[in-house]
Amino acid sequence: MPFLYENRQIVTPGDLLAEGDYLAGFNTYKHDSKIYASRLGLVEYKGRKIDVVALNTFYIPQAGDLVIGKIVESNLHGWTVDINSPYPAILRTSEALNRPFRPQRDELSEFLDVNDLIFAKVISFDRTRDPNLTIREPDLGKIKYGQIVKVSPAKIPRIIGRKGSMIGMLKKETRCNITVGQNGLVLVSGRTREDERIAITAIKKIEEEAHTTGLTDRITEMVRKERGEVTQ
Amino acid sequence: MTEKIVLVNEDGIRTDGRKLSELRPIKLEVGILSNADGSAYIEQGKNKILAAVYGPREVHPRHMALPDRALLRCRYHMAPFSVEERKSPAPSRREVELSKVIREAFEPAIFLEKFPRTSIDLFIEVLQADGGTRCAGVTVASLALADAGIPMRDLIVACAAGKAGGHLVLDLNDIEDKEGEADIPVAYMPSFNAVSLLQMDGLLTIEEFQQAINLALEGCKQIYALQKEALKAKYQAIKESAEVTEEE
Repeated sequence: MPFLYENRQIVTPGDLLAEGDYLAGFNTYKHDSKIYASRLGLVEYKGRKIDVVALNTFYIPQAGDLVIGKIVESNLHGWTVDINSPYPAILRTSEALNRPFRPQRDELSEFLDVNDLIFAKVISFDRTRDPNLTIREPDLGKIKYGQIVKVSPAKIPRIIGRKGSMIGMLKKETRCNITVGQNGLVLVSGRTREDERIAITAIKKIEEEAHTTGLTDRITEMVRKERGEVTQ
Repeated sequence: MTEKIVLVNEDGIRTDGRKLSELRPIKLEVGILSNADGSAYIEQGKNKILAAVYGPREVHPRHMALPDRALLRCRYHMAPFSVEERKSPAPSRREVELSKVIREAFEPAIFLEKFPRTSIDLFIEVLQADGGTRCAGVTVASLALADAGIPMRDLIVACAAGKAGGHLVLDLNDIEDKEGEADIPVAYMPSFNAVSLLQMDGLLTIEEFQQAINLALEGCKQIYALQKEALKAKYQAIKESAEVTEEE
């Protein structure tokens, strides 16, 4: 049976995508050998596998993901972290300190306090228990400067681009350091406020136009134009 | 009532000028509230309804969380100014019931089991009511859920059919609902040909009942096409404008 839609056409939940011997990929499901879409998105037929690239999602943690989170609470064993997900994350002291934690002498808030931002890695999550984080790896830990942009987690792959093409271009063109969290938070830190502003505008534009083609070129052009106006 | 209202005249035209199996004009808009995770707005005839979705998010109060699936909570509410005589803003018996049946209509459509220990909160706010608000509420709520990116088996669409002035009619308005003989709201998942809400008040023979259900399902299919169009419209416009500037 032929495919019922063209590649990258917008589909809505419940749309029948194909019938027969196919595999249900992302945001699709199988019912009586029929593949249906379960989210609003762009359909992609990849041989036997059918995916829907969602236009809007929320973040469900996965082991290995790098995320940006905010400390919301500190308790006896560690911290509770808001990672922009339905499930609050837990950062235990053993995953934050390089030495044993002594509850009688150490004060947790000396290391991380409520409202601090951290760049962390998800080490485990299985939906029955809250996700666990670690910051005991290079480049992870407390975020000290920069600005945070919030985008839909569905757009994160677009911000990174194929093999990092988009993010590489953005870093080069805006001269900002850009750290992307899989949970939809992006840290932008540049030498000047103006550099950061351009990078943020570009990220917002990517989010809005994520489902269009030829985006990298358009963003490059936009950034160059913005920069041109600054130097004149 | 001293004078009998004529709901359907001899030409088969109803009080608002519609034919027997004609829907009211429908306008749908998706993503109109920035603070909600998903939102939608519907105008169906004189009905004006806003729907907002939050979640999946942490459950408050904590003890309500379910270990094996998400908790779906639904609030159908009519604004005090939505009807001619001011309605008390407190939830009435009717609103509590509608909240429950709408929630139950959505439970089979959403993949609740994928997000245990979370809640999905659905708010349906009727700003102006003119009969058939539960159906319009279901229709608009399913758009808000899709906009929030919540995985669903199918969009749910709802429409009423009934009997007014001795004729079977589609999509009853307020007068037909109050003065007519019967009203059957139906919520439907078109891809599965499954009904997830079915109520009836009034009296119908078995044959009339079956005809009315078929009429309601026909109405549902028409609205389903509008729903899909509304969801796509939000992104199609950006896509077209962006790709046109590209070509220039």
